[in-house]
Amino acid sequence: MVMNNLAEKVVAGDVRSVARLIRDIDDGITEVREVLKDLYPHTGNAYVVGITGSPGVGKSTLVDQMVAHLRKRGKSVGVLAVDPTSPFSGGAILGDRVRMQRHSMDQGVFIRSLATRGHFGGLTQSTRSAIDVLDAMGKDYILVETVGVGQDEVDVVKSAHTTVIVVVPGMGDDIQAIKAGILEVGDIFLINKSDREGTDKTLSDLRLMIEMDQKKYDQGGWKPPILKVEAVFDKGVAQFIDEIDRHARYLVDSGKGLHFRSNPERVRQELAEMVKGRLIEEVLNSLTGTGAFDRAVESVTQGSTDPYTACDDLVLPTIKRSRE
Amino acid sequence: MEHKRRVRVMVAKPGLDGHDRGARIIARAYRDAGFEVVYTGLHQTPEEIVEAAIQEDVDMIGLSSLAGAHKYLFPAVVNLLRERGADDIVVCGGGIIPDEDLEKLKQAGIKQIFTPGTPLEEIVSWVKQNVSPR
Repeated sequence: MVMNNLAEKVVAGDVRSVARLIRDIDDGITEVREVLKDLYPHTGNAYVVGITGSPGVGKSTLVDQMVAHLRKRGKSVGVLAVDPTSPFSGGAILGDRVRMQRHSMDQGVFIRSLATRGHFGGLTQSTRSAIDVLDAMGKDYILVETVGVGQDEVDVVKSAHTTVIVVVPGMGDDIQAIKAGILEVGDIFLINKSDREGTDKTLSDLRLMIEMDQKKYDQGGWKPPILKVEAVFDKGVAQFIDEIDRHARYLVDSGKGLHFRSNPERVRQELAEMVKGRLIEEVLNSLTGTGAFDRAVESVTQGSTDPYTACDDLVLPTIKRSRE
Repeated sequence: MEHKRRVRVMVAKPGLDGHDRGARIIARAYRDAGFEVVYTGLHQTPEEIVEAAIQEDVDMIGLSSLAGAHKYLFPAVVNLLRERGADDIVVCGGGIIPDEDLEKLKQAGIKQIFTPGTPLEEIVSWVKQNVSPR
């Protein structure tokens, strides 16, 4: 009953309930699953834009300007700004909000900073759930900002309707990005800080890379536009939003559609990840519950067994149990 | 794997004072202590701070003031939290605060004040003892 109550409050747009639910998702509280089930019928209406790029290219400033433009167009906006967790302390400094604080008093905007954490179930899963929450809350647009360095971050932006890759001139970013494999997922490319030297070089590098797929575009595929912007001066941002709209129309016209969960490929991937995360969680829970995990750690550290045997001893009985 | 709630704190600079070196050092110390730290940047109104704290679902707000407006700004944050029904969020403060203001601020609901010279370890351990994930 309590859960239904929380779901209702989220759908009604109650900020505290939304904030709390996202915290529970992030902290891996198992009860949130029931709330997410209740919220599911209320999702599927928001347009999700993923923004990624190396640190310092201006993603947060860009998101801040996007929020301003979308608000002018009468749209409500949710922002999820993901920053890395320190691998040493487990803490994080979430500073994206600094660039967006002017929107904090606007009831039509909800901004949430998330840390990558790296807990089981993964960043992708918890961010997707947070997107569902903001969607159910009734936000028209959801902007997800990540540092595009890890597979997890790439997966996050890949699950957006429109994926935006931000680069700056003169960082050799084109090559760096090709290495990381994030260029393939871009629907729109932005060269930010385009008043700087090297913009034309970056532009032609990107163009070359995009035009290698000319055959795909000839068959009606989406050809990613490359835009020059100066986010700090709000130059080119309005045109950028227009391009997002154009991409949305393309998704509809090409039959791809806007509903994530009607795309079998996407659902297959999401479900596989959920199962994986859930299985790991359940198995580890049962192992730590019986103390078997701690005993295994002890035998390895004391040298009475090797980690490979310890892993066998932990996993094989579990698999056997589930087969019976 | 049991899931442990992570402590989330907000470091905020209310008012017109533009010196945030101290706030940044505190933010860094909190991160190193394993907290998730949301930093709001400079020149925030109490309203903006409270709204951001609610959206971010933090357990504590650390206010920094070096310009003498703490007697107005710190209690304003506490009162707004109370109005929003969010007074379970702990408020503490730091900066250039005269000794004679300390008691008044505590009476206004600021849980602890850290004045210049307080070792970072002392601040972090106070937070660990007095702030738990809600």
